[in-house]
Amino acid sequence: MPKDHGIGASSKRREDIRFLTGQGVYTDDLNLHGQAYAVIVRSTVAHGKIKSINTSNAAGMPGVLAVFTGEDFKDVGGNPAGWLINSRDGTPMREPKRPVLAHGKVRHVGDAYAAVVAETHAQAKDAAEQLAADTEIKDLPAIVDMAAAVADASNRVHDEIPDNLCFDWGWIEDNRAKVDEAIRNAPHVTTLELINNRLVPNAMEPRASIGEYFPGTGDYKLTTTSQNPHLTRLLVAAFVMGIPENKLTVVAPDVGGGFGSKIYHYGEEALVLAAAKKLKRPVRWTAERTESFLSDAHGRDHVTKIELACEKDGTFIAFRTETLANVGAYLSNFSTATPTFLHGTLMAGPYKVPNVYVNVKTVFTNTAPVDAYRGAGRPEATFSLERVVDKMCRELNLDPFEVRRKNFITTDMFPYTTPVGLPYDTGNYHATLDKAMEIANVSGFEKRRAASAAKGKLRGMGLSTWIEACGIAPSHLVGVLGSRVGLYDAATVRVNATGNISVMVGAHSHGQGHETVFAQIVADKLGIPESSVEIVHGDTSKIPFGMGSYGSRSLAVCGVAMTKAIDKIVAKGKKIAAHMLEAAEEDISFEDGKFAVAGTDKAKTFGEIAFSAYVPHNYPLETLEPGLEETAFYDPNNFTYPAGAYICEVDVDPDTGKVDILSFVCADDFGNIMNPMIVDGQVHGGVGQGIGQALLENTTYDENGQLLTGSFMDYAMPRAEDVPFYQVDYSCQTPCTHNPLGVKGCGEAGAIGSPPAVVNAVIDALHRGGHTQVKHIDMPVSPSRVWSAIQG
Amino acid sequence: MYAFDFERPKTIAEAVKALGREDAQALGGGQTLIPTLKQRLASPSVLVSLNGIKEMIGVRKEGDTLIIGGATPHAVVAKEAGAYPALAALAGAIGDPAVRNRGTIGGSVANDDPAADYPAAVLASGATVVTNARQIAADDFFQGLFTTALEAGEIITEIRFPIPGKANYQKFQQPASRFALTGVFVAKTAGGVRVAVTGASEDGVFRWTDAEQALSSNFAAGAIAGLKVSDDGMIGDLHGTPAYRAHLVKVLTGRAVSAA
Amino acid sequence: MTKVTMTVNGKAVSGEVEGRTLLVSFLREGLGLTGTHVGCDTSQCGACVVHVNGQPAKSCTAFAADLDGASITTIEGMANADGSLGTIQQAFQDHHGLQCGFCTPGMVMSSAALLAENPKPTEMEVRHYLEGNICRCTGYHNIVKAVLAASGQDVSKIAAE
Repeated sequence: MPKDHGIGASSKRREDIRFLTGQGVYTDDLNLHGQAYAVIVRSTVAHGKIKSINTSNAAGMPGVLAVFTGEDFKDVGGNPAGWLINSRDGTPMREPKRPVLAHGKVRHVGDAYAAVVAETHAQAKDAAEQLAADTEIKDLPAIVDMAAAVADASNRVHDEIPDNLCFDWGWIEDNRAKVDEAIRNAPHVTTLELINNRLVPNAMEPRASIGEYFPGTGDYKLTTTSQNPHLTRLLVAAFVMGIPENKLTVVAPDVGGGFGSKIYHYGEEALVLAAAKKLKRPVRWTAERTESFLSDAHGRDHVTKIELACEKDGTFIAFRTETLANVGAYLSNFSTATPTFLHGTLMAGPYKVPNVYVNVKTVFTNTAPVDAYRGAGRPEATFSLERVVDKMCRELNLDPFEVRRKNFITTDMFPYTTPVGLPYDTGNYHATLDKAMEIANVSGFEKRRAASAAKGKLRGMGLSTWIEACGIAPSHLVGVLGSRVGLYDAATVRVNATGNISVMVGAHSHGQGHETVFAQIVADKLGIPESSVEIVHGDTSKIPFGMGSYGSRSLAVCGVAMTKAIDKIVAKGKKIAAHMLEAAEEDISFEDGKFAVAGTDKAKTFGEIAFSAYVPHNYPLETLEPGLEETAFYDPNNFTYPAGAYICEVDVDPDTGKVDILSFVCADDFGNIMNPMIVDGQVHGGVGQGIGQALLENTTYDENGQLLTGSFMDYAMPRAEDVPFYQVDYSCQTPCTHNPLGVKGCGEAGAIGSPPAVVNAVIDALHRGGHTQVKHIDMPVSPSRVWSAIQG
Repeated sequence: MYAFDFERPKTIAEAVKALGREDAQALGGGQTLIPTLKQRLASPSVLVSLNGIKEMIGVRKEGDTLIIGGATPHAVVAKEAGAYPALAALAGAIGDPAVRNRGTIGGSVANDDPAADYPAAVLASGATVVTNARQIAADDFFQGLFTTALEAGEIITEIRFPIPGKANYQKFQQPASRFALTGVFVAKTAGGVRVAVTGASEDGVFRWTDAEQALSSNFAAGAIAGLKVSDDGMIGDLHGTPAYRAHLVKVLTGRAVSAA
Repeated sequence: MTKVTMTVNGKAVSGEVEGRTLLVSFLREGLGLTGTHVGCDTSQCGACVVHVNGQPAKSCTAFAADLDGASITTIEGMANADGSLGTIQQAFQDHHGLQCGFCTPGMVMSSAALLAENPKPTEMEVRHYLEGNICRCTGYHNIVKAVLAASGQDVSKIAAE
């Protein structure tokens, strides 16, 4: 019988009411008295030297209040990289300054080099156009192709970086010789060169920011589309603008999706604050969709060569990868962690392979910055592995299901530390594979294939198994690895005098449903109705601190911080109850919302204890402070390791190359489940994005660095017609061993596991259809590419 | 968008007069023009909306001819052009439902986007484009990308489609815009078969005359099996090479014939 | 400036607009109805879908001045008279058909238009009708399910219930 409330119930989302009635408040929905409008002037060339900007014409246009250029920000700080990576030779990565507005040079199409603020948006737009016309930029050759960027030292994205290389990273460097040796001596080696296609996150809400300045107090307020307002506050205040953190409030109200792209601090946030201070008026900026395409941090963009060495029976001996990872023109905040510690450390997958070595060269190019996008590094690792395993199975004529089974880490091996350094605490990869095969009715495939063939279609089945590390932690370890931030989270549980509860959480919901799920947990733990709990997030003036939401971390880190704060509430409640019930503290139990004296019928309700804490007439004031509010910070001692198996079936139309996804099965292990309905939704969304990457989405810059896919007219977003109903299962549960909720995280799973399942299915269909010359098709596996592959 | 005046005439005569102003621009449903204006790629002094001109909205049948007013939205054509099912089906598959409620046949045909659907129907049907000034045969109307026989200020008031015995339109969508990556309209009339192709050529909509000849003597998909479409002059872009588009022309023609 | 008069969610409204004022700007900035969203510049995403004279239209791709006299319904006009969620809104909540909520107003408006035209659509008809509404969060599964449920069809057999 499914639960109807609390942990494990599919509680309906309370936030839906406002979203379904048009009452949500997104940043651009705010309408502030006296507001002015900022428009950003962006480079139309990929690479150029700014010779001159004549601001006087623009400044004199109707309604124009202020004009800003890079000159205005040259003395403030840059937007920093959040993770220091050292190269194989021990030298630190190259970190060019990322200014608020480009100064001296523009480095990608869309690079912001000036801004105009005016009374109306149209006036700002007119003046921005004038300013662009009054700017002289000398074109420099665009650096777009990564291999060419590294090879040509004469043309540089940043003048001080001779080979356009940010770093050359080896993981684990000590494995290198042993892996080389193992591959040299292996009975079979499969090699695959592939591209992990660059993606534009395209949250449906474009980025927007509103700056306010209050001259009476010197306080600033930034309302912005952020996944983690505290980090944004830290970066914009301490690193860029030099505003004391206590004088800046950052609010991220309703945020319309993020998928990584809204983790980061962007220059527009500093700009609206500077403009608000200068004008003493609110200054707002909202991206047009094309600006989002040009200036949001993109995702993926790896070029990889992977080698898999194995026995003839498919037993893995070694994996070796060489990757060029595009970082774009500047380092976005986590751009250096994504292709390294979120990618290389996952390169053993769920397999007991003894030898793994990963080399990643990260390259500057004249393209938009690239950073974490849903999955972030882990989809790249999974795609490389699962495609090369599939190719190996074809080369050796082995069953792809059996090969996975043979190589999986078995349940008796946990905890298991991989050759790339991750200590997996628990898992059951055989169970999820079995479950996926059962749901997908693998044994009935041949019959279904025949039915497709009768309609002239080539049917194929693709498998991928996946593992990820999420809830990145612990801080002392990530600090050793180069992280410049801690990766804990925090929550304050405030019990009000009447017994209802406000919980201030550092996680930020931009679609995940924290307002509902976190309330379920609190209600469950305290034995009170969910409706008595309010979850407050997204406002630095209300929340103790937080590291926001990304990397499937909200529940596994912030959710645990919240439960620890609840534990403190219960502990204090026991002290109060002991006093009120005249019993020893150790004799007080707390269950179903009641503090009771063991073995008696004496009890106080949670509400009575709360009231007593605020009206402490009968209260142990000499030993206990009044009030009932507790804060906890939680820094996990390990990552969590969700894993699963995905099976996709497709039909390929051999005449047009069009791929139709007929079924998609996910069997995942997320540990304990807090709200099944929301877990379903998270997996669906991830798979939708993964199918988008596999079949539709591509980000293409031409040789001059012009973005050819700068709108939804050319960047193919998945639509309802492109995807099927998914079959999602998470009944195989191995609870996380090191957090009290036993949760792992589910937000990125679908985007990690699905692309190789789709591509493997297409290759399978082509092989079964006799097109055995097709070894690989790069994503997106578009009709045109499939048809070309069929032609040979 | 740059600023412009807005006029909403009630009659064709008023519209023609309004379009006489310097840099005036006619506005149909605006589904292409408005995004263009947003990008500041056009700067009319005045937009003259044709959407309030009742005499230009509607579908009617006269004998074997279906007549569609120039300001008729796609959704209305989809619903009311039952006398010409292939045309109704084409209209019902343009863009998406919201776009179909605003976009108009006159706007689409006048704009002559190389990937638009209607030009294929107009050309394959041998339709007549009627303007406020004259009648233009389809074969004379389309003159390349975004280029038609229309003079400045000339308005498409209606389009007259002779209803063919058999017809069908097959569209292969460009996955992002959902415009036609390639679309083929086949119409079989007493006078022969016409095959018009959109989305594929750098010169815009065109007739595939080899297929027309083959199909005029044998209206069966197999009749074009031996033909080859040259990829000369075909569009090559992110979504398909010239060879791919040339291939699609043949595949879609065969499918249209089978479905007609 | 031109004066326009419309009926929006059953109420007569009027305002001065420029020629270039889009319907969505008139609704959001002129009337404060910010439930209708702008997600793109190319008439693709559908976050801005409203009903114009009962038919769905993209309010970012229509001029307010062209709609003088029109009757407009926005997401703010979709709840029941007592303020409770309408059938489609309720189905979206019941079946988790929304996550971040940004595309949701357009999805609800398009879905309402579909069910008005076609009260018992098939799965493929729903998917096809929603072609002009992009959602980045849900993978569409629960949106399609919600629309089928709102049409009174049994969705209990659909996977992942």
